[in-house]
Amino acid sequence: MKSSRLWSWIVFGIGALYFLVPLIATFEFSLKIRRGTYSFDAYANVFSDGRFQSAFSYSLIVGLATIVVGILIVVPAAYYVRLRAPQLRPIIEFVTLLPLIIPAIILVFGYIRMYNTSSILPLLGSNFGSDVLLTLAYVALALPYLYRAVDTGLRTIDVQTLTEAANILGANQWTIITRVIFPNIIVAVLSGAFLTLAIVIGEFTIASLLNRQVFGVYMQNVGANRAYEPSALAIVSFIVTWGAMGMIQLLARFAPKTARKD
Amino acid sequence: MANVSASADKAAGPVSGSAVRVGGNPFRFLTTLRSGDILAIAPFIIFAVLFLVMPTLGLVVGAFQDRQGNFTLDNLIGLAEPQIVASFWISIRVSAASAVLGAGIGLAIALAIIRGRLPDGIRSAVMTFSGVASNFAGIPLAFAFIATLGRLGLVTVLLKSLFGFDLSRSFNVLSFWGLTVTYLYFQIPLMILIIAPAIDGLKREWGEAAATLGASNWQFWRYVGLPVLWPNLLGTLSLLFANAFGAIATAYALTGSSLNIVPILLYAQIRGDVLHNPGLGAALALGMIVVTAFANIIYLVVRTRAERWLK
Repeated sequence: MKSSRLWSWIVFGIGALYFLVPLIATFEFSLKIRRGTYSFDAYANVFSDGRFQSAFSYSLIVGLATIVVGILIVVPAAYYVRLRAPQLRPIIEFVTLLPLIIPAIILVFGYIRMYNTSSILPLLGSNFGSDVLLTLAYVALALPYLYRAVDTGLRTIDVQTLTEAANILGANQWTIITRVIFPNIIVAVLSGAFLTLAIVIGEFTIASLLNRQVFGVYMQNVGANRAYEPSALAIVSFIVTWGAMGMIQLLARFAPKTARKD
Repeated sequence: MANVSASADKAAGPVSGSAVRVGGNPFRFLTTLRSGDILAIAPFIIFAVLFLVMPTLGLVVGAFQDRQGNFTLDNLIGLAEPQIVASFWISIRVSAASAVLGAGIGLAIALAIIRGRLPDGIRSAVMTFSGVASNFAGIPLAFAFIATLGRLGLVTVLLKSLFGFDLSRSFNVLSFWGLTVTYLYFQIPLMILIIAPAIDGLKREWGEAAATLGASNWQFWRYVGLPVLWPNLLGTLSLLFANAFGAIATAYALTGSSLNIVPILLYAQIRGDVLHNPGLGAALALGMIVVTAFANIIYLVVRTRAERWLK
């Protein structure tokens, strides 16, 4: 039995090596922009680049818009399915899994054919329309994760009783969703929101084909033209991902203690 | 309290309407629909139709149309072009290799941290890291591997200066194996995240029962452990395959267009009609949908079977 423990350490060690070496190598490479000495100049170059600032803030804004629109679409639907129409559940769940089945490049190809300038709804004809389309595409990407997070949140509260109680007190459906249900699942919704942000912030394929200057497209440009800055960007992007996932871990501590586990 | 909510779940009928329902019609909720209900579900349905279903259906229909919009099978026949067949073949090989290796290595690591009696802190650290790494894909991942295994990468340079071994002669990060090794960086963590609950579901009693009956460690895994995990493994394998098959950003940043996997070919087609036939682009998309849908259907079917033992 002792040997199996040794094996566990060996497997863990090799795994740790595979996952840590690229991070160390990338960090080390990002410091080497000056010959013969380590410096943070590559990071300084990136942060002072106006295109970085505009691309990163644009990605953040689209990410926040994605979260708001996603919540507006998902929360009422998940609430309704849970309370009134459990029969619809398999269908709705299948729809939320569609973005995992249909690759992003297929979705955006479909959008370009469907919303081009000569279509009924020419979203791609204007800058603002393209921004809207990009946001909605990201909502689609986030749908499986957001729906799951919200549905898990709803499972931990007694939707039926809360609704009845609010009804007796004279609340209408809008009030019930926004002032009774939503505050009760806010932790779950926020976890979904941070996951959405982690997915959206470095996205490349959709934005690039819709000609939007997002962080992912900026990174690709830098990668094609510079040597050391891409490594700095990879580290920045890793820290952003880590931050978003860390927030989810932190939020889990505030989840209702009575929550049933999945 | 648990009782109340359980019975409430069962009676999930209209709040103000009749509490007793007549059994039979599963679409009874339609007759009790109120305007508030419609407002709650409508945005979701409109969104799903306009931004998931119709764009995809449009491509499927487009695959069967010529430039004038008449029905044709020429686009599908056009998929037999050597360039396209080659790109499907390399895509399938990269996806399969990264799925099989990712699943195997991920399983080994998950077993090590869950059943290998390692310190408790390691498990939560690995799970947290997996959450991050499975989302760390796309462009930055490509940068990281160029900085590691590229011509000036840390590992390449170290191997050369320490052992005089020239990695770049035998290994190129812009190749089949380069792409596969890079994909493993998000495939292995995804496997760990999905398989860990299943391994937790292997009850300690089963191991004790098997040991009481005189089974060796190997026999336990051969006749109990693996058969229980098997549906999960198969399901996750198909999920990993689909995950790699649809990925493009990492490959694009890593290899440019030197490795013509299907998504990169499709990307070039959308950008500039490199195949000189819009219908062929739609057919290419249809081919991708068929492959990923097939892999995902295996996952969904197998997952429902896998849940049988793990409650």
